[in-house]
Amino acid sequence: MDVIVNLAPQAGQMLLVLLLAPLLTGFVRIVKARLLRRRGPPLLQPYRDLLRLLRKEAVLAENASWLFRCAPYLIFAGTWVAAALIPTFGTGLMFSWSADLIAITALLGSARFFLALAGMDVGTSFGGIGSSREVMIATFAEPAMIMIVFTLALIAGSTQLSTIAGFMLSGGVGLRVSLGLALVALTMVAIAENARIPIDNPATHLELTMVHEAMVLEYSGRHLAMIELSAMLKLLLYVSLIACVFTPWGLAPDGAGPIPHFIGIGAYFLKLAVAGTLLAIFETSIAKMRVFRVPEFLGAALMLGLLAALLRFMSRSF
Amino acid sequence: MSVLADLMRDGRSVENHHPWPRTVVEEGEWLRARDLLSQSRCALLGLWGEAHAVHMAMLDEATNEIGVITIECQDGRFSSVGQVHPPAIRLERTIYDLFGLEPTGIPDSRAWLDHGRWGVRSPLGDQIANPTGGDAYFFLPAEGESLHQIAVGPVHAGIIEPGHFRFNVNGEAVVRLEERLGYAHKGIEGLMAGANLARGAMLASRTSGDSAVAYGLAFARAAEAALGIEVPRRAVWLRALMAELERLANHFGDIGAICNDASFALMLGQCGILREHVLRTANVCFGHRLMRDCVAPGGVTVDPGGGIARIRDLLVMLRGRFPQLIDLYDNTASLQDRTVGSGVLKPELAQQYACGGFVGRASGRAFDARRTPGYPPYDSLQFEVPVLDRGDVDARVWIRIREVEQSIALIEQIIGQLPAGETQIDFDPATANGPKEGMALVEGFRGDVLVWLRLNSSGRIERCHLRDPSWFQWPLLEAVIEGNIVADFPLCNKSFNCSYSGHDL
Repeated sequence: MDVIVNLAPQAGQMLLVLLLAPLLTGFVRIVKARLLRRRGPPLLQPYRDLLRLLRKEAVLAENASWLFRCAPYLIFAGTWVAAALIPTFGTGLMFSWSADLIAITALLGSARFFLALAGMDVGTSFGGIGSSREVMIATFAEPAMIMIVFTLALIAGSTQLSTIAGFMLSGGVGLRVSLGLALVALTMVAIAENARIPIDNPATHLELTMVHEAMVLEYSGRHLAMIELSAMLKLLLYVSLIACVFTPWGLAPDGAGPIPHFIGIGAYFLKLAVAGTLLAIFETSIAKMRVFRVPEFLGAALMLGLLAALLRFMSRSF
Repeated sequence: MSVLADLMRDGRSVENHHPWPRTVVEEGEWLRARDLLSQSRCALLGLWGEAHAVHMAMLDEATNEIGVITIECQDGRFSSVGQVHPPAIRLERTIYDLFGLEPTGIPDSRAWLDHGRWGVRSPLGDQIANPTGGDAYFFLPAEGESLHQIAVGPVHAGIIEPGHFRFNVNGEAVVRLEERLGYAHKGIEGLMAGANLARGAMLASRTSGDSAVAYGLAFARAAEAALGIEVPRRAVWLRALMAELERLANHFGDIGAICNDASFALMLGQCGILREHVLRTANVCFGHRLMRDCVAPGGVTVDPGGGIARIRDLLVMLRGRFPQLIDLYDNTASLQDRTVGSGVLKPELAQQYACGGFVGRASGRAFDARRTPGYPPYDSLQFEVPVLDRGDVDARVWIRIREVEQSIALIEQIIGQLPAGETQIDFDPATANGPKEGMALVEGFRGDVLVWLRLNSSGRIERCHLRDPSWFQWPLLEAVIEGNIVADFPLCNKSFNCSYSGHDL
C-alpha cells in the first residue's frame, strides 16, 4: 500500500511532464505568433501533430541501420526519465534520491550522443552538418552545465535536486552573486540546448542553417514523433530545472497531503507560463547568430559558471 | 566618336530596328566587340541566338549609347565571347542548348538549360530527337584534403523556386559553390515564336511572376518601338505607377525575407503587412494583386479611375510605418551582426558583369534603366538612384530601403500629375514593309529587363528574347559565398533574390 501511495506523486510527475511538454511548446509558439502579429496555431496543435505523426507510416532510408530505428526511442526514454526526475510540483518523489543533477546531465548527454549518431547514420550531408554543429555546441554547453552544477552543489551542499530545492526554500540563502551568475549561465545553456534563437531556429526551413532539424531531417512517422516529443520534453525539463532551483516557491514538501500538491501544480503552471512568455519575447527580439559566434556565447556561459564556482569557493558570503 | 558607334559603323546596318541601331558584323568586328567587353569599355546587355545568327546588345558606358551587333553563323559556329569575357559564358551555353549554335573556344561547354529531358536537342534550331531521360552533369571539381560536397536542391525545404546548389566545403567554410539552374524552363521563347502580340504580352507577363509589370512593360515597349506606336500619355504614367507599386511590394517582401533568414521574424511579419497593403491596393486599382496582364502593347488594359484615392491612403500609411521599421532594422544589433560584412560583392566584379539592380548598386555600379537609357515618364520625374559601395548584405538591404523611399516619392509625383485621357490606342500590327524589330530596357525591381523582338509582316512574333537581370547576378552569388560559411549562404542568397523562373525561361 505504502508503495502505491509513495508511487503516486512520482507517477503523476512522469505523466504530468509527458502531457505538459507539448502544451508548453504550443504556448511558446502562440505567444511568438502574437508578438509577430500573426494568429498562430491553436494551443493544442503540437498534440495533433504528434498524433498525426504517430498514425503515419515511418519511411526509412534504404541504408538506415538498426541504430537509426532505435535512436528515437533511446532519446525519448533518456529525456523522459531526466524530465521526470526534476521536482516540478513536489519534492517528495519516490526516485528523488536519484534526481541528481549530474545524472540528469548525463542522461541528456546520452540522448544527444544517440541523436548525433542517428544524424550521421544515413549519410546525407545535412545530417552530417547537423551532427557536427550539435557536437560543437555540446562541447561548450556541457562544461558550462557542469560548472553550474558545481556552484549549486557548493551552495546547497548536494547535487540532489530535492535537497537543493529544500535548501533554497529554507530562507537562509538570500541574494547571492554566485547564484545570479549561475542563473544567467543556466539560461544560456538552456537556450543552446533547446535549439532556440539565437543558437538555432526551431521554425526554419533553411536546410543549410539548421542544427537540430538537420539531424532529424530523415525521420518520419512515429520516429519523428518520438524525437519531436523528446525536444518538447527537453524544453520543459530546462524550464522546470530553472524553476526548481531558482524559484522553488510552491513546491510541496516531502510527505505533504494532496492540497499542497495541488498548490504546487498551480504554481508550476504559473512558472511555465512566465518562462514561456519570456522565452517568446527573447526569441522575437533577437536575430540568430553566426554559427561561429556560438562558441563565444557558450564560452560566456562557461566563464559565468566558472566565476560563480570560484566566487563561492573563495568566500561563503557570495 | 564613341568606341561602340565606331564599331557599329563598320558593319552592315539593319533597317527597321528601333530605338537603337543594329548592325550585322563580320568576324573581325565581333572579336573587336569582344575585346571592348573584356576591357570594360562596354557592358554586356544581352547575348541571344536565332536560327542562324547570334545577337549581342552592348552598352557604351562612357556615352550611354546602346547597340546590337549580329554575327551570322552559316556553319553553326561563332567565336565565343565568354572566352575573354566570362559573363557571357552562361548565355552562350544557353544559345547552344536552344539553337545548337556552337560557341568556339568557350571555356565551359557543358549544357546549361538543357538537362536532357526535353526529348529534343536544340528545340529552337534543328530539333534533333533526344529520347534519353536526363544527362549526367559534371560539377567543377575542388581538390584538397578534408573537402566534401553538400548538394542542396532542386527541391528545397521551403516553398521556393527550384535550383540546385553544389557546395564544396571544408567543414563550414565554402571552397566553391556551383549553381545548376534550368529546372524552371518553360520554353517561353519557343512559345513566343509565331504568337500574336496579345499572346506574347501574356507570355511575357508570366516569365517571372514577381516582375509581371516589368516584363509586360518591357515587352510592350519593344513591340511599340518596332511598330513606331506612340502610347497615350495617361497610359505611360499608369505604367510607371504600376512599376513602382510592383517595386514597393517586392522590396518590402525582400527586406522582411532577408531579416527572416537571420531568424528575425519580426521584420518579416511587419514588412509582410506593408507588402499585403500594397498588393491589395493594386488589386483594387488594377484588378490583380500582381498587376499581371495590365500592361499591353498600345497602352494599359485597366484604368484605376477612382482607385487613385486608395493609393494616396496607402502612401500615408507607408510614410507613417516604414520609418519605424528602418529604425528597427538599424537598431537591432544581433541583426546587424549578421548582415554587415557578410557576402561582400567586390565592385570590380559588379562592373565586369554589368550587373544591375540592388546587387549592382550596392557594389558601386550606379546603373538604373530608368535613368540610362531612360524612358518616359521618368524623364519628367524627380528621383535619386541610391548607390553604396560596401557590397555586403547590409548594403543590399539599404539600397532596397532607399529605393522604397524613392518609389513612394515617385508614386506621389505620378498621381499628382497623372494626365487625363485615353489609356489605349488601337493599332494594326501587320505592316507592309517587311519585318520590324524592337528592343526595350526596363528597370524591374531586380534590375534591367531586356526584351528584343522581331515582328513579321503579318504582325506575329518571329523571335522574341527576354533577358532577366538575374543572368548577370547568379554568377556573382557564386563569387560572394566563396570563403564564407555554409550557414550564411541563405542570407546572401536572399539578399540577391535572383529569379529562377526569369532565368530559366
